[in-house]
Amino acid sequence: MSELYKLSAWEIANKLRLREISSLEITQAFLDRINQTDDKLGAFLLVDDKIAIETAKKIDSSRLKGDTLPKMAGVPIAIKDLICTKGLVTTAASKILQNWVPPYDATLVENIKDNGLIILGKTNLDEFAMGSSTERSAYKLCLNPWDLNTVPGGSSGGSAASVAAWQTPFSVGTDTGGSIRQPASLTGIVGAKPTYGGISRYGIIAMASSLDQAGPMARCVLDAAILHDILSSYDMQDSTSLNYDFGSMEQAAIEGTNQGLKGLKVGIIKQLTGEGFSKGILAAFNKVVALLVNNGAEIVEVDCPNFQYSIGAYQILMASEASSNLARYDGMRYGKRFLPDKQTVTAESMMKTTRDIGFGFEVKRRIILGTYALSAGSYEAYYGAAQKVRTLIKGDFTRAYKQVDCLISPTVPTVAFKIGEQLDDPMAMYMNDLATIPANFGGMPAMSIPNGLAANNLPSGLQIIAPQFKDYNMYFLASALEKLINFNFNPSGLTQLSKAVNL
Amino acid sequence: MDQLLDYSEAVRKFDITFGIEVHVELNTKTKMFCSAPVSFAAPPNSQTTPVSLGLPGSLPVLNKTALEYAIKIGLALNCSVAKVSRFARKNYFYPDLVKNYQISQSDEPIVYNGFLNVPLDDGSVFKVEIERAHMEEDAGKSNHIGKTGRIQGAHYSLIDYNRSGVPLVEIVTFPNLVTNAKAPEIIASYVRGLRDIFKVLNVSDAKMEKGNVRADINISLAPKNSQKLGIRTETKNVNSLKSIISCSTYEICRQAYILDKGGEVLQETRHWHEDSLTTSSGRIKSDADDYRYFPEPDLVPVVTNSQQIDKIRQTMPELPFDKRQRLAKAWQFDVKTMSEIVNAGALDLIEQAVKLGVSPQGAKKWYMGELLRWAKAKSCELDSLLPTAQDIVYMEKLIKNGKINDKIARTVLQKVLQGQGDFATVLDKENLHVVEDLSVLEQAVDTALANNLDILQKLKSGNMAPIGVIIGQVMKVTKGQADAKKVTDIIKSRL
Repeated sequence: MSELYKLSAWEIANKLRLREISSLEITQAFLDRINQTDDKLGAFLLVDDKIAIETAKKIDSSRLKGDTLPKMAGVPIAIKDLICTKGLVTTAASKILQNWVPPYDATLVENIKDNGLIILGKTNLDEFAMGSSTERSAYKLCLNPWDLNTVPGGSSGGSAASVAAWQTPFSVGTDTGGSIRQPASLTGIVGAKPTYGGISRYGIIAMASSLDQAGPMARCVLDAAILHDILSSYDMQDSTSLNYDFGSMEQAAIEGTNQGLKGLKVGIIKQLTGEGFSKGILAAFNKVVALLVNNGAEIVEVDCPNFQYSIGAYQILMASEASSNLARYDGMRYGKRFLPDKQTVTAESMMKTTRDIGFGFEVKRRIILGTYALSAGSYEAYYGAAQKVRTLIKGDFTRAYKQVDCLISPTVPTVAFKIGEQLDDPMAMYMNDLATIPANFGGMPAMSIPNGLAANNLPSGLQIIAPQFKDYNMYFLASALEKLINFNFNPSGLTQLSKAVNL
Repeated sequence: MDQLLDYSEAVRKFDITFGIEVHVELNTKTKMFCSAPVSFAAPPNSQTTPVSLGLPGSLPVLNKTALEYAIKIGLALNCSVAKVSRFARKNYFYPDLVKNYQISQSDEPIVYNGFLNVPLDDGSVFKVEIERAHMEEDAGKSNHIGKTGRIQGAHYSLIDYNRSGVPLVEIVTFPNLVTNAKAPEIIASYVRGLRDIFKVLNVSDAKMEKGNVRADINISLAPKNSQKLGIRTETKNVNSLKSIISCSTYEICRQAYILDKGGEVLQETRHWHEDSLTTSSGRIKSDADDYRYFPEPDLVPVVTNSQQIDKIRQTMPELPFDKRQRLAKAWQFDVKTMSEIVNAGALDLIEQAVKLGVSPQGAKKWYMGELLRWAKAKSCELDSLLPTAQDIVYMEKLIKNGKINDKIARTVLQKVLQGQGDFATVLDKENLHVVEDLSVLEQAVDTALANNLDILQKLKSGNMAPIGVIIGQVMKVTKGQADAKKVTDIIKSRL
């Protein structure tokens, strides 16, 4: 089989179980694929062939011995470089953490290892997850496999691009205001953010603690669901982790495909279907609404008047928490240390210089904004007001879910934009999160699935937002819609990627 | 050098308002927000986890025992326990603060609105009003290497993060007004009262000399009866009861001098110097110190319920103030004696000996006499000495029965203090006991009188003053093992 790397994660797992392929073969296939494509694509910040191959061999020999292995054992995966991996450099795409090797695994990484998955490497992102294009990575640009002149979105751009470019069957991203769903939408893949507290944050480098959640990214709903089940666990090390039985997302995905949409009440958010959304995106969205109606779902328009304030409130709350979360990067204990040129070196001058050189522009912008918003005299007007907006947005959700089972909207107002296009226009960049932020505010599970092509043959995404704790319902609907939409996944930029190699 | 107004003049002209912040290190097994052990003797940076080093991605989890201890402290201080309290981040940059923010509590502390009655030497009681007590984590410790031992003039600094994340409770008083001369005594008595509460609750090792209990003292002066609050200074980390008195007195005299001359006190943080017994200016502090507090998003609110609080309440021991009042009454000791006993740390020891059957007077005599002298000479705590309550009980019984006298008891006690064994063992080994054979004593008396005929004459003539000389000689002959009363009786029978 020449194109092993095009298999989905569950297909790979089946073939491994049936011993049609070995983990070493499939791992090697993805490592080769990365080797051939990533110089140009820039999805990975680190690929560790040695550990991946060693782990794959271990799984293979274990399987040969007849050991009982977890269902997904031997399947490769990629992890956003915001997540701590013991012994594997973790940088958050920032110079300030250049060459930093965590002495511990994030809880979700432990879960991945316990399930026998093969970690291929760490994926590219906007520095400290601050951005919507991965252009803010301190290390390299990441391209969109559908069109190499466009961005893959962000901040989980590397996790999205690697999946879209068949460099890995699935990956882990993180989402604070849309950082899984927006790149999923821009690269035509599936990306899910669970209910806040569903997946442990322990070991995820924090941007805005009250909003951050990790989640799966994959080319199909079933793969995302399977990975979701692996990542989620109650974790005593994360005080905000939920000790709650969410059910099996894999089961939800299977049932969604089989049972269909009859009787389901789906809400369309008035505020997320008009102003600010491109024509192509809205056309694709309207098509899916028609599909829903034709297949027995009931469509209800719901009013969420406070969603219009979400971007402003998000900027303040996210920046406030980030300004504090990023205070620890001072060159004192770990990471990169930069010394001042001319002055005498003191602890203070070293800390200043380290933060001056070590942080990129966008990171500094947010730290300054957040520091200002929390300052005496500004607190009530900014942080306090933003918290109120957050409460109001939660109220909008509560009212909406009295009428419907799930909400849908376009994931992002536009398709992928050109590299450099929004770099000097922070407001345009921040608008990418228009539809995705409310779910972070409410702690709701939300995901993006591919919804056909919109303008310029670039993918458009459909967002599904379910009530808190109803991740199951979200996967159910996603799976049913995936079947109806029947997206033709064929990233057209990929042909320009491959090195000339002997195949 | 600061100029000072005479203390008596200062308190005649000014009312004093004090506010005290006391930090107490809890003696939980693990740190406030992670599983690293709390251990002060360990090698530097050995008691850490990703959380207490503030590594990227690490998250805090509240130590339930620390929470319980904080509630206990609150109950002992007559505070209300918050149904919902929250942690907040206090943001500031400092190398020993791993996250460059401290997890603390801001406007929603775990306990609030309490008081502590503190006894004063004159028998009166001052009620110190307490605003709140809250939980927070300690920072690491900077060791500045250089001649000064301070950051100024240091060549470099080493940081030990073993202390990073050690649980603290900070107890903050309201401004308390004192219109007489007793402010320094009140402040010291309050801190002692807190320390004794921490000890009896067993929530801290409560050793001030080890920094388990650290006091920051705020003092301001206002003209007598003006009902105004003056400008305050805060003197940080005053860590012994003696220093608290000297430091408060100093600050009152210093501020009084400035105000008396029509000047204005600068609002600032000051440092206490144990060597010169003075304070000096630290950094200028204003109310605009901006720590950018905001709710800690990594922790969920702390919710308490009344059953939980009642359960903790049931485990509360008798508190030091109540105990002191109860024992003073039972033992019939006056206020001054009780103060001395409490200040010497002898209250529990005497209570224990009394429980085992010694009279309060008897127990007091030994603990406040021989044993306290020894403790002072060795600069150690009374309760760390070797003689046990059982030793005191045994010793008192032998004295009462006339088997030994005070002199023998002292001799043996010294050897017990030196570690030669318990009282019975030493007594046995030294073969010390009172000479009970009357003929031996009679012979010794007769010999002594025969050798001192001049004294005998004086005694016969009714001048009893030199009788001590004869008793002394008898004691010498009997190696101190004679009962002085019996010897006196024999001498008298010979006159």
